[in-house]
Amino acid sequence: MSWRRLWAVMHKEIRQLGRDRITLAMILAIPVVQLVLFGYTINMNLRDLAAGVADQANTSASRAVVMDMVASGVIRPRLSAVSPQQLVDAIRRGEIAVGIVIPPDFEARRFDGRESVQVLVDGSDTAVQGAAAQLAQMPLASAARAAPPISVVSFYNPQRRSAINIVPGLVGVILTMTMVLFTGVAIVRERERGNMELLIATPITSLELMVGKVLPYVVIGLVQTTAVLWLGTMLFGVPVAGSLLDVYAAAMLLITANLSLGLLISTRAQSQFQAMQMTFFVFLPSILMSGFMFPFTGMPRPAQWLAEVLPLTHFLRLIRGIMLRGAGLLELWPDVLALAAFILVMMSAAVLRFRKRLD
Amino acid sequence: MTPAPEQGALAIRARGLVKQFGKLTAVDHVDLSVPRTNVYGFLGPNGSGKSTTIRMLCGLLTPTEGQIEVLGLKIPAQAEALRLRIGYMTQRFSLFDDLSVRENLEFLADVLGVPKADTRRRIEELLEQYDFADRQKQLAGTLSGGQRQRLALAGAVIHKPELLFLDEPTSAVDPESRRDFWEKLFDLADAGTTLLVSTHYMDEAERCHRLAILDHGRLMADGTPAELTAALAGRSLIVHASQPRRAQQVLVQVPGVLSVAQIGMALRVLCDSGDAAVERVRAALRQASLEATVETGTPNLEDVFVASTRLRPKDASERAA
Repeated sequence: MSWRRLWAVMHKEIRQLGRDRITLAMILAIPVVQLVLFGYTINMNLRDLAAGVADQANTSASRAVVMDMVASGVIRPRLSAVSPQQLVDAIRRGEIAVGIVIPPDFEARRFDGRESVQVLVDGSDTAVQGAAAQLAQMPLASAARAAPPISVVSFYNPQRRSAINIVPGLVGVILTMTMVLFTGVAIVRERERGNMELLIATPITSLELMVGKVLPYVVIGLVQTTAVLWLGTMLFGVPVAGSLLDVYAAAMLLITANLSLGLLISTRAQSQFQAMQMTFFVFLPSILMSGFMFPFTGMPRPAQWLAEVLPLTHFLRLIRGIMLRGAGLLELWPDVLALAAFILVMMSAAVLRFRKRLD
Repeated sequence: MTPAPEQGALAIRARGLVKQFGKLTAVDHVDLSVPRTNVYGFLGPNGSGKSTTIRMLCGLLTPTEGQIEVLGLKIPAQAEALRLRIGYMTQRFSLFDDLSVRENLEFLADVLGVPKADTRRRIEELLEQYDFADRQKQLAGTLSGGQRQRLALAGAVIHKPELLFLDEPTSAVDPESRRDFWEKLFDLADAGTTLLVSTHYMDEAERCHRLAILDHGRLMADGTPAELTAALAGRSLIVHASQPRRAQQVLVQVPGVLSVAQIGMALRVLCDSGDAAVERVRAALRQASLEATVETGTPNLEDVFVASTRLRPKDASERAA
């Protein structure tokens, strides 16, 4: 390992990057745009579902029940129907997502303690189904019932604000996307432009070339992390419960893991287009299976094993632990270890696969 | 590894070199001996195996078969040790388009291990020698074809290699720049560098000290240009005919005539042997009752090239068929 050659590769990479205005702009634009977009739009707590009401009882008590449901903010009445059939039709046409049926014998049923209100749900969207379930939990007004036997105490995000859950994960998603892509393309580009034949005819070793190409991107990854964290705090008031140092250490682990994966891709891909395809092959499962979008525990066992291979899965556990629960990096050692192992395997594979040969 | 005494003066020695890409044999049992401080030319059409051979000699491709020794090192086993002692100018421009002239040279100086204290002086020297003094901040991607080749050459010699490989260095360069470029090559040879240059230009081949002619991956002939042309003495004829087109049609049918090329009003005829070639051609023309004078010409490299590529067994069988 010659420091001079390593520095030469890095210096060259930085100079080239400095001339590549578009990539330079993307480095900051990607995190900022995605943070604002996702931060404001992704909301796991559905509100204002379009609802239709068929109040066949039409008593003061039944009207009060509907008012309570509307007041919860979950539904917004859009349609007043006469029969349950009309509600089902409206759901099929997509006009409403929830239908509320109050039968004519509402008062009698309530008095008997039988089911007195029916909520019809558009089950084609599972999120709507989940939200509608909240309606079923509502205590019926003035029916003073016993308190539910089990009480849930929510730590760390009691208001259930999605942004708090999304922003730390978004650090990981953005790093996964940009880091894998940048390095995946970095070496393939040299091959496409014909520079590789020059490079392999020089004494540069595979390791010098790989590390030299990757290090500038580590810095870029840290800049992106900082941008997301800073904006997340400013715009969404996302707390950093644990130590900032741990946050950056976790980010460094993910950055290195993604860069080594990118390098492996670049030793395999023949063109930049192939490198991009391979990146997306990894990127989509990362988003869907890591626990960023959907709960990890809800996935079947084999899918969970697969997700354990993805760096983002481990990073999400780390970053949510550190930022939201105030955990220390060392307390979360299994995920640290998993990321370290991933880096070791990918980096070795990349260095071994990269041949200083044209054949 | 103990090189035999007679190999001391050889920069490159290759025996039985074969390279196969799947079913295609790109290089087919080539033997090469390149003496030191020579300009050695590889002459051959596109696809004749010139680039593949050069890449194997640099250690960039692994030969399917055969032994290579370059500057006393076994290739490809000792290819890494060779890298600091050779320069390689690729056929396609391989410096960085988005770095300036000076930045490209700085990168190569660092990577090729030019001593740190000398780097600055060496780069100034090259910028001066290769006429880049006022273009050092220009991006390499915006240089003209000739300028790019000059920059690539400057980069390839920045560490003063003993041996320089140039793969069709002038294929995309105007004639004026080509002449300048060859002047630079001879300057390097004078300074003690061995050069191996591939080309498909006859005039460039003519300037080499020694030549190897490649065709379809096989070595057809090698030697000095004078040796190669002398071997064709008496086989190259000049025919002056009143109807050159018709004379050409007649002559290509004559057994033993390898090629007939029209040059102005004259025909240049190449025969497979010098024995009574003149008489045979005269007889054929007389028989067709064509007015013509026939005399022996001085063989040139074009003749050497045609003669060595036309005699391949495959062609012979095609003609018989």
